[in-house]
Amino acid sequence: MSGFFTAFVDMFDTATIASIVAGSSALMFATMGETINEKAGVINLSVDGSMMLAALAGFVIAFQTDIVWLGFPAAAAVGMSVALLIAFASIKLSLNQVAVGFVLFALCTQLSRFLGTNFVGRRPVGVPTWEIPGLSSIPFFGPVFFDHNLVVYLSYLTVIATFLFMYRTRKGLELQGIGERPEAAHSRGIPVNKLRYFYTALGGALIGIGGAAFSLDVKLGWSDRLTRNLGWIVLAIVIFGGWHPLRAAFGVLLFGALQAYAINLVPEFPSLSQVLPSIPFPAMILALVIVNWKRLLKWLDRYPFLRAILRSDPPTAIGTRFKVN
Amino acid sequence: MGLELRNIHKHFGPVRANDGISITVETGTLHGLLGENGAGKSTLMKVLSGFHSADSGEIVLDGKKIKLASPDDAIEAGIGMLHQDPLVFLPFSVIDNFVLGSPGGWRLDRRQATAEMQELCDRYGFSFDPHTPSRLLTVGERQQLEIVRLLWLGARVLILDEPTTGISADQRAKLFAALKSLSKEGMSVIFVSHKLEEVADLCERVTVMKRGKVVGEADMPVPPERLVEMMFGQAVQIRDRKEVAHGKSRLTVDSVRMATGLLSEESTSLEVNAGEVIGLAGMEGSGQDTFLRICSGMRSLKQGSVTVAGKDLTGKHYRDFLAADVKYLPAGRLEEGLIEGLTITEHFVLSGEDRSFFIDWAQARNRAVEQVDHFAIKGTEASTVESLSGGNQQRLLLAMLPHELSVLLMEHPTRGLDIESADWVWEQLLARREDGTSIVFASADLDELLRYSDRILVFFSGRVIGELDASSTNVDEIGLLIGGRSANPELSEGSQ
Ligand SMILES: Nc1ncnc2c1ncn2[C@@H]1O[C@H](COP(=O)(O)OP(=O)(O)O)[C@@H](O)[C@H]1O
Ligand SMILES: [Mg+2]
Repeated sequence: MSGFFTAFVDMFDTATIASIVAGSSALMFATMGETINEKAGVINLSVDGSMMLAALAGFVIAFQTDIVWLGFPAAAAVGMSVALLIAFASIKLSLNQVAVGFVLFALCTQLSRFLGTNFVGRRPVGVPTWEIPGLSSIPFFGPVFFDHNLVVYLSYLTVIATFLFMYRTRKGLELQGIGERPEAAHSRGIPVNKLRYFYTALGGALIGIGGAAFSLDVKLGWSDRLTRNLGWIVLAIVIFGGWHPLRAAFGVLLFGALQAYAINLVPEFPSLSQVLPSIPFPAMILALVIVNWKRLLKWLDRYPFLRAILRSDPPTAIGTRFKVN
Repeated sequence: MGLELRNIHKHFGPVRANDGISITVETGTLHGLLGENGAGKSTLMKVLSGFHSADSGEIVLDGKKIKLASPDDAIEAGIGMLHQDPLVFLPFSVIDNFVLGSPGGWRLDRRQATAEMQELCDRYGFSFDPHTPSRLLTVGERQQLEIVRLLWLGARVLILDEPTTGISADQRAKLFAALKSLSKEGMSVIFVSHKLEEVADLCERVTVMKRGKVVGEADMPVPPERLVEMMFGQAVQIRDRKEVAHGKSRLTVDSVRMATGLLSEESTSLEVNAGEVIGLAGMEGSGQDTFLRICSGMRSLKQGSVTVAGKDLTGKHYRDFLAADVKYLPAGRLEEGLIEGLTITEHFVLSGEDRSFFIDWAQARNRAVEQVDHFAIKGTEASTVESLSGGNQQRLLLAMLPHELSVLLMEHPTRGLDIESADWVWEQLLARREDGTSIVFASADLDELLRYSDRILVFFSGRVIGELDASSTNVDEIGLLIGGRSANPELSEGSQ
């Protein structure tokens, strides 16, 4: 029993926390991207596949050109293209977003296996560390937040920017409007489908960048199905996050912490070393169930502040298509 | 000066919602647009507000032709519409709803907008907290929110589509006061309604629509009979039918409550004798459909009781109603009555009494062939139901009715049928009456109601506002009641 406790206490050291933050960048980008997609009313179910294909694209371009930063736009382009396919299939062809997304997930996954065969185990290319002068020497906060690389810093900035955009700007309010009640948005002169294309592309690009962040920063290099299952976790975290960027970001960190805890558990329970790394996945799903548990929410009704934090209303028009005659 | 709609056409597939409509609205007037459900009022207003684009026709505002490619253009031109179901974003706060879609760049100044909203609210006697989620607002408050928003955007022409559905009398008074003062300030108001009383109360001029066309125009005040005549047309009809002696009480509905829309309504009672035909009149959605569902056991009751042939079936399952020989034929023949993709034979299998595990296909096919022939259904036993025309679908439904039938409940028994089929359907129904079957049917066809019913119940916004003897009433009287205006002022809603 004490093993669980020891592993838990071990997490509270600066290096572990810093590593959780450092390892979160890929999921941060992808989660923000999916949140934007779904807020606009488009479910991008292909994340797991498009992230993987983008991770490969990012790695290949960076490897071939030897310029690591070129990997990111390449990955963004891949993620954006897949997302646009979903938007197009839904808006123009009236196909079901979930079905198309799932097919694209499978397609991208297989494509990444096939196209990546020759890149397995190649010399990794990584983003250089860049500690922020001054800030990085603050005790605790310095190493935790400011002693990483540009990708990690950009991932926080993306979270903050997404939050500010959605809730503090007129355009952000319009984004929420088209996913909430498209006919109301239309009646106010907002070009619903045009914006849906735009925001699906934007979200898809962020998902792609998430893929590149993984292969060029979190876990360097390419191996078969490198990012597997992370995309599904992204979908879960978006729901856990109640479609709110900040809460979703917390979800990403929680998932990172669960992973760190699982790793800490390995030395305590060596016989379970095969099972432990996959524990964070069901644990995250459990967390998702708990935050949506009716009883809990009812009980929380007595504490308006907590309730407000845990509110989670999916965008009403999510997954639907909008057409006026 | 004013607003002029010229020859507007708009169709949805085969439906001609607007079929060459021309209307002129003078600046600063309250203009009523009256017409039955489905007349095409909402479509016309959505065209005028840029929500839909018209197939053809033109719109002229203050002498200038305007092009409405999107709602943006309409807002720009100063045309604002309050939709039948106010188009607010329910989870968003009041102030977010207020600013959403307003022109401007990225900057969102909620404080400034709040101040401007408060000012408009004060002017027109509305009030709501800018920070509450708008889902907590009543329908009336949502309308008020939309109205101040449209005013803030600079509307000069304000369209209100059936704004009084689902709001309280108090809110309606407030709304009417605001509209009157707006029109005094020079606003052109188009007030869409199917309630005569309200149009009479409020409007200076009225246009009546029917089946996508303008069928009449008048300066108010005009006698309500004239409006009814325009809305429903003048029908002459002869009652020539065999009278059947009525038997004992078959169906008793005692003080049941219905809820239509957002209003919970008064209780309704009805007693139907064997062999009697009761017609239910009213605008669509006035409660007739709910009432039929209650009688058939498809909808549970909040209050009251339903008794069939002396047996109390209150709160019982639909199956128990079927066992008591109560049968309900809904209006949506393909949606609720028949199963798309299945053949006529398969329908007979499903509706048959045979409850054995394996299907006796030979017998089912024989029965189907026999009934197709007997009911003159144009098709074969192997035809799928969706391949049949509306009239033949209705024939099939009648063919599937069990022999023993105590109460038959129908919605629009002849809607969409040609005259021949319609007559045939009624022949079958009236024959049932002689076996003691009681029939309760809802219809929008006043002629049909007068011709075949013994008694007519008129529904208005969820309650019965009149019970008429079909042999002594006429189209005008029913029409008035349908519009919510009663000969007996105590019953009339407009007199509150
Ligand atoms: N978006 C739409 N798609 C298809 N048919 C429609 C649509 N809107 C309205 N209609 C049809 O057009 C006709 C007129 O409808 P509507 O304008 O809503 O009438 P009203 O407002 O007078 O009740 C109806 O037959 C309706 O079914
Ligand atoms: Mg309407």
